[in-house]
Amino acid sequence: MSKSAKNISLASHQDNELNTIQKLGLTLGFIGLFIMTLAFFNVNFPNKTVWFTISISSILIGIVMYARSTYLSRPEGISNNGLFHKSLTNRGILAYMIGILLTSFYVVLYWFPTYLGLGENGAANSGIVGFFDPFSYFLNGHAASEWFVYGTFYTVAILGLGYKFILKYRHNKYQLVRTISVMFFQLGFAFLIPEILSKLNPELPYFAKDLKNMWPLNYYFFEDWHLTNMIQGGNLGMFMLIFGVAMIFIISPILTYFYGKRWYCSWVCGCGGLAETAGDPFRHLSNSTEKVWKVERWMIHSVLVFSFITTIAVIFTFLSNNPELSFITRNQFIYGIVAFLVLFTGTLFYFKRQDLDADAKYTMLSLVAIIIIAIAINFFSGNQNILFVDSYALRKWYGFAIGAAFSGVVGVGFYPLLGNRVWCRFGCPMAAILGLQQRLFSKFRITTNGGQCISCGNCTTHCEMGIDVRSYAQKGENIVRSSCVGCGICAAVCPRGVLKLENGSEEGRINSNEILLGNDVNLMDLLNNK
Amino acid sequence: MEHIVIIGNGISGVTLARHIRKQSDSKITIISSETEFFFSRTALMYVFMGHMKFEHTQPYENDFWKKNNINLIHKRVTEVLAKEKSLLLGDNSSISFDKLVIATGSTPNKFGWPGQDLQGVTGLYDKQDLEALEKWAPTTKRAVIVGGGLIGIELAEMLRSRNIPVTFLVREKSFWSGVLPFGESQMINRHILEHHIDLRLETNLVEILSDENGHVKAIITDKNETIECELVGLTAGVSPNVSFLKNSGIELGRGVKVNRFLETNIKGIYAIGDCAEQHEGIDLRRPIEAVWYTGRMMGEALAQTLTGKPTQYNPGHWFNSAKFLDIEYQTYGWVWAQAQENENHFYWEHKDGKKAIRISFHQESRVFLGINTFGIRMRHEFFDKVLTDKKTVDYVMHHLAEANFDPEFFTNHDKEIQQQFTNEFIGLKTE
Repeated sequence: MSKSAKNISLASHQDNELNTIQKLGLTLGFIGLFIMTLAFFNVNFPNKTVWFTISISSILIGIVMYARSTYLSRPEGISNNGLFHKSLTNRGILAYMIGILLTSFYVVLYWFPTYLGLGENGAANSGIVGFFDPFSYFLNGHAASEWFVYGTFYTVAILGLGYKFILKYRHNKYQLVRTISVMFFQLGFAFLIPEILSKLNPELPYFAKDLKNMWPLNYYFFEDWHLTNMIQGGNLGMFMLIFGVAMIFIISPILTYFYGKRWYCSWVCGCGGLAETAGDPFRHLSNSTEKVWKVERWMIHSVLVFSFITTIAVIFTFLSNNPELSFITRNQFIYGIVAFLVLFTGTLFYFKRQDLDADAKYTMLSLVAIIIIAIAINFFSGNQNILFVDSYALRKWYGFAIGAAFSGVVGVGFYPLLGNRVWCRFGCPMAAILGLQQRLFSKFRITTNGGQCISCGNCTTHCEMGIDVRSYAQKGENIVRSSCVGCGICAAVCPRGVLKLENGSEEGRINSNEILLGNDVNLMDLLNNK
Repeated sequence: MEHIVIIGNGISGVTLARHIRKQSDSKITIISSETEFFFSRTALMYVFMGHMKFEHTQPYENDFWKKNNINLIHKRVTEVLAKEKSLLLGDNSSISFDKLVIATGSTPNKFGWPGQDLQGVTGLYDKQDLEALEKWAPTTKRAVIVGGGLIGIELAEMLRSRNIPVTFLVREKSFWSGVLPFGESQMINRHILEHHIDLRLETNLVEILSDENGHVKAIITDKNETIECELVGLTAGVSPNVSFLKNSGIELGRGVKVNRFLETNIKGIYAIGDCAEQHEGIDLRRPIEAVWYTGRMMGEALAQTLTGKPTQYNPGHWFNSAKFLDIEYQTYGWVWAQAQENENHFYWEHKDGKKAIRISFHQESRVFLGINTFGIRMRHEFFDKVLTDKKTVDYVMHHLAEANFDPEFFTNHDKEIQQQFTNEFIGLKTE
C-alpha cells in the first residue's frame, strides 16, 4: 500500500514555515507551560498569584494567537491539508512523545498525586498542586487538590483549543454552535459552578456538583459514600440526588429521543468536549475496519455489564448496611431494577425488533445478562459479599480499570495514537445505553442525499467513532448507528454535500432499500420488489 | 458455469460485479492493470493533499472480494480476441470468457503538443498519475495546468496545498464557461484568484520545453509568453480508453459503440462507463458520459441484463456535483451556459460572492428545467420529484426550505432569493 511520500524538498513546502505571529504564539504558550513545569519541580515562586496568572494567560493567549494566524489567513473551508504528512497528526515522533507525556501525566494524576505536590495527611501542598493553591482558595475556599489542577488544565484545553476548532470550522455554523456549547458546559457546569457551590457551602460533605456528569459515566454517583454525602448534604445534596436520577430516567431519554445521543456526547459531555476540541487533530486516526468494529462491540458491552453490576452491587450493599438511610429495601431495589430493565428491553425488542443491527443486539444481550446477574445477586449474596466477590473490591476494580485506566490514561493519553474517541467508542457505558436508544428510539439520523455520493471516503476517514460512513452513503442509505455521536464532521468534509444530520420523522429513518437515485425508476422498483 | 470477465476495476466495473453477485453465482473476474483493488479515483486529490491515505480511498476492505467470490487479476489486457472469446494479457497469458464487459474508463486528452510526453508532464486520472505527482512535486518551483475544467481546478488545489505556485491556463473566456453560465463562472474565477492561483484566461499551450534530462523546464503560451515550470498538468478533458480494441472487431467511435442495452456489435460483449459511447445521446445527454454517477448507473443496469432480466440503460434526470476549491456545486436537471430559446434563467448570488443559485425554467409554462447551486446544498430527491412531476419554478420557489440540505444552523437565504425572484419574474407571467 503506497503512502504519501515525504516532502524533502527545499522548493515546495507543506505548510512547515511559521510566520511571526505563529512563532510568537508558540513562544507565549510554551513559556506558560514552562512556568507550570518549574512549579512542578517545586520552584517556589515569590508571588504565586501573579505567576499563576501569567502562566495560564500566556498559555491561552498563545493558543489564540497561533490559531488566529493559522486559520484566518486562509479562505473559509476545510483545512485538513497535510494531516497525513505531519508527525503530530500521523503517529510520528511528535505524536508518540505527546502520547507518552500525556499517559505518564495520567498515571501520576490517578495513582501518585503526591508527585504532583499534593500534601499528604494535612501537610501543605507543594509543586504544581501548591502552585494552584491561590486560585483554588479564590474559587472554592480550599487548598488545591490534584483534581483541581486537572480540572483547570482540562478547562483551559477545551476553551483554548475549542476556540481553535471554531476558527478551523468557521464556515460551518453547526460546528460553531456545538463547540460554544461544550465550552460553556465545561467552564460553567463542570468547573465554575461546582467550585463556587462548594465555596458557598463549606460545611457540606463532598459530593459531585456537576449537574451534567450523569451515571453511569460518573460511576461513583451511586456509591455508598456518595449517596450518604448527598443525603446528608442538605437541600443542595438532595437536589443533586434527585436531579441526577431525573437525568438518567427522564431528561436523557427525552433529549435522546428528539436529538439523538449527540445532545450529550458532542454538545454537553466533558469527555466529548475534550475529544472534540483538543482531540480534533487526531480524529482521522480512529480505525474504521470491520475487525475493530467487532472489538468495539465486545469491549463497550463488557464495560456496560461491568458498570451496571458494580453499581447494583454497591447499592445492594449500601441498602443492606444502611436500612435507616434508605427509602427502599434491597429486595425492592433489585426487583425494581429488574422490572425496569425487563420493561425497557422488552418494549424495545417488541416494537423495534426489525430495526436491530449487530450493535443493538449486543446491547440488548448485555441488558439481559445484567438482569440475570442482578437476580442472582439477590439470591446468592450476603450484605457485602456479592456473588462471592466483595462489592467494595468490585467497585475498586471498576474505579481502577475503567474509571482511571480506561477513561483517563488510555482514553486521553492515547489521543495521538488511536484517535480522540477511544474511551467514548470502546469504553463508555453511557454511550452504549444512549446508543441503543439512538438506534431504536430516536428521531436522529444522518440523511444521505440521493445518489450524490462519489465514494471518496472523506467521511469514513474523518469519523472519530470509526464508522464506515461511506459504506452507507454510497448505497444511498441513511446512517443510523449506535455509536454516532453526531459531531457533524462527516457532513462538513463531504465534498459533494451528501450528508446531513437531521431530526425527523421516525418513519423511513432506517432505509436499507436500494435507493440508487438517478437511475431508471423502473429498475429501482425491480430491485426493491425482488 | 458462465464466466463473466470485466476489464477495468473502476466504479462501473465494480458496481456491475457487485450487482451480478447479488443475484447470481456466475464466475466473475475483474482485470485491471492499474491497481489490485478498487479505489475511488475521485479521492486521489485528497491523498496528495494529506487528508487521506491511499488505503482510505478503497470503499471495500481487501478481503471483500474473496468473500464475495470475485476474482481479481492485476494485469494489463493487451488484446481482445472476440471470436475465440479470450483475452491476451500483458504477461502473454490468456483468459477465456463467456461474456465480456469493457469498463476501461478514460485517458487524459493530449492534443499533440510538442513535449507532451516529457518527464514532469502528467494528467490526473489514475493512481500512476498520483505517484508521478508525488515524485515530481518536491522539486517543483512552479506548476502549469492546462485546461480549465473540473480536473484542472482539482489539480490546482492539490498543488496549492503544498504551497507550490500554480499557473492555470484556460482556453475559454472564463473558467468552465462551456458548462457554467457567466455569473457562476465569474464567481469561480474570483475564488481561484483568492487561492493565489495565477489564472490565465483565453490562453493556450503551444509547446512544452525540455531541459537536458528530458524533464520539462518551461512552457510557451499562444501569447508568446514563456513560463518556467517543473511540472505540467494536462487536464483538457478525457477520452475513452479503447486503443487496445483497435483490431478486436468491436465497433468503435470515440468510445466503444453500444446500444441502449449496453451491447456492442458483438454478441456477449458489452461496454459501460466512460469508455462506452451510445449511438445517440439519451435525452439531452452526450453519447459519452465520463461521470462517476453514470458509470455506476450503467453498472447497475447491465447487471440486470447479465442476470437474465434484459434492462435498458435508462438514466433518470441528470444530476452532477463538484467542488471548486471551497465552493461546492450541485446541479439537477439541465441548466445550459446560455439560456436556450423559450428558457428563462433566474440567477441569485449572495453578496459574499461564494453562494449562488441559477434556475432554468420554461418561459411560457414556467416548468422547472434545472438548477445550479453553489455553496448551498440541495436535496437530490426533491428536485428529482420536481422534474418528474414537471412542477413549475413557482412551486420550487415556494418550497425552497424543503429543498435545502445545508447542515443545521446554517444561514438561510430563501427569503432573499424569493424576493429577488418576485421582483424579476412575477408579473411576467403571460397567462
